[in-house]
Amino acid sequence: MENMKGISRRTVLRAGAVVAAGAGGFVPTRFAIGNTAKVKVGFLLPYSGTYAGLGEAVTNGFKLALEERGGKLGGRDIQFIAVDDESNPAKGPENTNKLVTGENVDFVVGPVHSGVAMGMVKVVRETGTITVIANAGAGAATGPLCAPNIFRTSFTNWQTAYPMAKVAAERGMKNVVTMSWKYAAGEEAVAGFEQGFTKAGGKIAKQILVPFPQEEFQANLTEIAALKPDGVFVFFAGSGALKFVKDYAAAGLKSIPLMGPGFLTDGVLKEQGAAAEGVLTTLHYADALDTSENKAFRGAYRKAFSKEADVYAVQGYDAGQLLFQGMGTVKGDSAAKADLIAAMETAVIKSPRGTFTLSKAHNPVQDIYLRQVKGGQEVVLGVAEKALADPAIGCKMG
Amino acid sequence: MDFWFFLIQVLNGVQYGLLLFLVASGLTLIFGIMGIINLAHGAFYMLGAYLAYWLARTTGSLSAAVLLSLPIAAAIGYAIEALLVRTLYRRDHLDQVLLTYGLILIFNEATRMTWGADVHGVPVPEALNWSIKLTDTLSYPAYRLMLSGVCAVLAVGMYLVISRTRFGMWVRAGASNRDMVAALGINVKLLFGVVFAIGAALAGLAGAISTPITSVAPGMGDSVLILCFVVVVIGGVGSIKGAFLGAMLIGLADTFGKVFVPDFASFTVYGVMAAVLLWKPRGLFA
Repeated sequence: MENMKGISRRTVLRAGAVVAAGAGGFVPTRFAIGNTAKVKVGFLLPYSGTYAGLGEAVTNGFKLALEERGGKLGGRDIQFIAVDDESNPAKGPENTNKLVTGENVDFVVGPVHSGVAMGMVKVVRETGTITVIANAGAGAATGPLCAPNIFRTSFTNWQTAYPMAKVAAERGMKNVVTMSWKYAAGEEAVAGFEQGFTKAGGKIAKQILVPFPQEEFQANLTEIAALKPDGVFVFFAGSGALKFVKDYAAAGLKSIPLMGPGFLTDGVLKEQGAAAEGVLTTLHYADALDTSENKAFRGAYRKAFSKEADVYAVQGYDAGQLLFQGMGTVKGDSAAKADLIAAMETAVIKSPRGTFTLSKAHNPVQDIYLRQVKGGQEVVLGVAEKALADPAIGCKMG
Repeated sequence: MDFWFFLIQVLNGVQYGLLLFLVASGLTLIFGIMGIINLAHGAFYMLGAYLAYWLARTTGSLSAAVLLSLPIAAAIGYAIEALLVRTLYRRDHLDQVLLTYGLILIFNEATRMTWGADVHGVPVPEALNWSIKLTDTLSYPAYRLMLSGVCAVLAVGMYLVISRTRFGMWVRAGASNRDMVAALGINVKLLFGVVFAIGAALAGLAGAISTPITSVAPGMGDSVLILCFVVVVIGGVGSIKGAFLGAMLIGLADTFGKVFVPDFASFTVYGVMAAVLLWKPRGLFA
């Protein structure tokens, strides 16, 4: 009896504590603590491995945007919590949960890798946590899996590739070979180009997909040489981009124009050297954009982190701007989700890439620039497509 | 197209195979002769590439960089054998896997801390920065041909050293019965240390001389490692001749797989391995 009593008393106490904690969780945001509690921003980004540099750039850009605006979100101080997503899709849901459930963050900013984004989207669709994708270009996140609480300040793979089709057609190309790694980002980009190019009356001579992340391209370069197309459109990034552009030039294929989304040269241009000369790319940003916003941003970034800003830093910077505007409108009341989402949906972001708004699927409606490597520099030739919105096929929102 | 196309693809395959052989030869020495499963072999490949990149930057000459990175890779290999691997000869293969896997993580992180996470490239040396015109649209870079030549010379050299010299005899004897060799007055500890160092140096050399045609990045050794094991297993553990044929087979299978059955390109290599092992479960020359 003694024993039972003890247990039951403890149980009651525990239950009381839970109720108190639950109530405590409910009340304060609006009344007791109001606008004084810190806003928790969780970074789900790679801080180790191949993409570590990209994760760092997004983080830097985000923090710079807020520091320039007084270091607060809607008048509240900010607490940053960073989780290394290791660019590991298998750990995507688990790492997202660490932030969303474990740390109970108000916002998630992330990731670089599309596979991680897919895992993250699954979790935040359930929890309703407001999330800003600052790089991953997987179409599905603002397509079939779109949700009111999911935003993106980067691009879709389709957006970076589709405008090149028009450029290719205008330059008189009729027959183009496409090539990429066989994985989501590459296949989405290649499909975007092919869709536009066939619509413009062009023909895809061959689509070549190589296993990811293999970098032995010699066999396929031989194929391209034998097909003698008018142009070659490829999606490669990072070390694969560096190697492909060098191999392409070494194989004597430079007489055939090489095109691709901007990741083909961004970040590896210096290492590619003369091999990159003449390569045509499309992207929503270019380091050399001659606008006062871009120059101010690049100067501030250089001063703060003593290195050059890149497209990833811009995307992080704009994620910071988006949250700043949203939280400003609701005066820091992050619990007023519907109002917050509405404010973010209608935000106008004065980005270093140029001003953009968000589509109904919450993806940037943005200008895509045509760039070309000339004399070892990325030169902006102009706008390939003005205010381009992702078709967001499968998104039932809006 | 057809005949020439086929011939050029054969050249691609052989060229790729020779490169694979160069990396795999060090592994077959260590794995086959010393019986150590060295997962860190790919890390030595990466180390060689990073050393060459770094030294080429500081000295301004790739050949100097390659020559300098060789002894460094060998010395690191020797130190790892003496300090870590030596304690594991009489232990289970799984313990070796654990140790060398740990080494991969340490090497990857150490290179990232030293040289950063950025992707690097090394320009082709001026003297070899030309190409041979094969068809009106395709040329073959001279550097790749030179690389194939180096690999072929090394293949013959290794075969001769292992089968014809006294040192080669010690190595073979030490592999089959180390106690007996020790009883005959040969310093087996030193011998194995030297073999391990040579294996590491070969991997480092492969990494170093392939820098102009590859990208230097953290983790670059990981994919190479898997192919090396495939080559060694096909060829038969410990056989230099086997590793050579295995590398050729894989080089050709990969090349033609990509061209003729692109949908299965990621499996062709493993398909060939499975077929060889069904036919000869111990590899071609074991």
